[in-house]
Amino acid sequence: MVLTVRDMAVTRGGLAILEGVSFDLAAGEALVLRGPNGIGKTTLLRSVAGLQPPERGTVSGAEDQIAHAGHSDGLKAMLSVTENLRFWASVFGVTEIEPALMSFALTELRHRMAGTLSAGQKRRLGLARLMVTGRPIWVLDEPTVSLDTASVALFAEAVRRHLRNGGSALMATHIDLGLAEARVLDLTPFKAAPRARQMDEAFL
Amino acid sequence: MRALLLRDLMLSIRAGGGFGLGLAFFLIVTVLVPFGVGPQTELLSRIAPGILWIGALLACLLSLDRILALDWEDGSLDLLATAPLPMEGIVTVKAFAHWITTGLPLVLAAPVLGVLLNLPGDAYLWVVVSLAVGTPALSVIGTFGAALTVGLKRGGLLMSLLVLPLYVPTLIFGAEVARRGGEGLTVQAPLLLLAGISFGAIALLPFASAAVLRINLR
Amino acid sequence: MSLWEYANPVKFIRTTDKVLPWVWTLAFLCLVTGLTWGFFFTPDDFRMGSTVKIIYIHVPSALMAINAWLMMLVASLIWIVRRHHVSALAARAAAPVGAVMTVIALVTGAFWGQPMWGTWWEWDPRLTSFLILFLFYLGYIALWEAIENDDTAADLTSILCLVGSVFAILSRYAVNFWNQGLHQGATFSMDREENISDVFWYPAVISMVGFALLFVALVFLRTQTEIRARRTRALLAREGQA
Repeated sequence: MVLTVRDMAVTRGGLAILEGVSFDLAAGEALVLRGPNGIGKTTLLRSVAGLQPPERGTVSGAEDQIAHAGHSDGLKAMLSVTENLRFWASVFGVTEIEPALMSFALTELRHRMAGTLSAGQKRRLGLARLMVTGRPIWVLDEPTVSLDTASVALFAEAVRRHLRNGGSALMATHIDLGLAEARVLDLTPFKAAPRARQMDEAFL
Repeated sequence: MRALLLRDLMLSIRAGGGFGLGLAFFLIVTVLVPFGVGPQTELLSRIAPGILWIGALLACLLSLDRILALDWEDGSLDLLATAPLPMEGIVTVKAFAHWITTGLPLVLAAPVLGVLLNLPGDAYLWVVVSLAVGTPALSVIGTFGAALTVGLKRGGLLMSLLVLPLYVPTLIFGAEVARRGGEGLTVQAPLLLLAGISFGAIALLPFASAAVLRINLR
Repeated sequence: MSLWEYANPVKFIRTTDKVLPWVWTLAFLCLVTGLTWGFFFTPDDFRMGSTVKIIYIHVPSALMAINAWLMMLVASLIWIVRRHHVSALAARAAAPVGAVMTVIALVTGAFWGQPMWGTWWEWDPRLTSFLILFLFYLGYIALWEAIENDDTAADLTSILCLVGSVFAILSRYAVNFWNQGLHQGATFSMDREENISDVFWYPAVISMVGFALLFVALVFLRTQTEIRARRTRALLAREGQA
């Protein structure tokens, strides 16, 4: 297993939202999280990525292995497409950015300022960033937002290639990417019983 | 680390407002003071070191919210937090980039503006030296303030309220070096204290800034 | 039976409920005794006349202004290390009390200084330090108010309190360096030989004890309020979710 999540509970705005979430992710495997809005997909993914501490539970195998893509792409409007990518590549110690540009059909846009891209193009650039991190576990939060059908196909192909190369992906999405090998985890059964966070319970 | 520094520098050149805005603000403050206190050259030359220090400090303050707020808004800060860079390194690099884009130009511009205020001849050297030694502390302390208020709407005003009291010792020793230098007195004691504050702040505050930033990101 | 048991909010409220009336009564008695004694039954100072009597408010409030910050520093450390909520809330509760004490010290100082030095305000190291301390209080309170999430606010203000303490001490030295000042030396020290005479000493000590007890009572009360507000929010959150 490259990633093991055990008995995780997360809170948002002082309320418990998910509890008892456990799953494993093996190399070459994709896991899709499903569930209605507000169930806590984003919070769970952020906790897995180590951006916020979970209220309870453990994540193992995540240390320095995860590339996280959240709702915002972290692009700089005043830098060109290649400059944006090259920056993240050098932060992660990767030198090659061409494959990332190719995979997301950004080669033609390479000298455009990121600020002049359309929403879908920005998203593609944001996703291309995953490829220059060199990290095996992709944690993706609604990666297909503002992508058209062709771009979704590009993205699915990039994920598939990543899996074939021994990477793995954990994503929250409700679009069917056509990834036959992806497992689906419905989060609805893990919805937390109404209670305040543990920390607040001392006050009750 | 170096990539982050280069990116921040490039952004501040391209987006404007990095080098230019702080300097322009410094100029305006310096020009406004004579309007406020009257045109007596004698008085101006006496208060010139202090004015230059206050002006530099305010110009520095003005640009603090750019250190982290922009990266916060577009999500880069989240991505940096999961990158293989220690948070302490990130805040140090950010403070350093702020110093290069704001502090250093202020140091270089101070003697030019000193002419406007009829700065005494002996003081030029010491104004530059004190600013060169003191402005790094302003950037590092400011980064701490920026990290404290990064997630807040209308954080700018609050940040000023938090940062300005922290600037007091730096300002006192810095202005003291410039004033004593201008009067031909020995500057050793305040200069050493100023350097002590700068080095202390550079060595220790990034840990506090990083801790604060981690708390704000979660 | 450990001291940390009182870090439980419920236990804290139960205990302080029992203690508070006593603290209030003692604080009231001490203040009335100390201030009446000081104002009406001490001789005028040969040099300062009757203005010296403001000392019975000025010195205790100045003392508590500093002690309140020290208490906040200790409470912040306890929050950072042991994460007891009561500690963070007590620091929050103490800040406005400390700020008011600082204002009282500054204002009474101005009233005292005017006839003595012929000016309401002087950029004297002690006065300036207190003004800076007041700015620190303002920043601390403003940061608490600005952040919605209680735990984030507690974390951030604790770190601000630590960093602020270092810079407050630095400012104290910087200000000393910057201006030597008019203010007389410390009024009271442990060394009684060098001190003011007994007639002034006893009422002053009683007033200081009174101010300290008043501070404790106010902090207990305000901490209780903060705990109850927090409890209300937790309950509302739970209901809203159900």
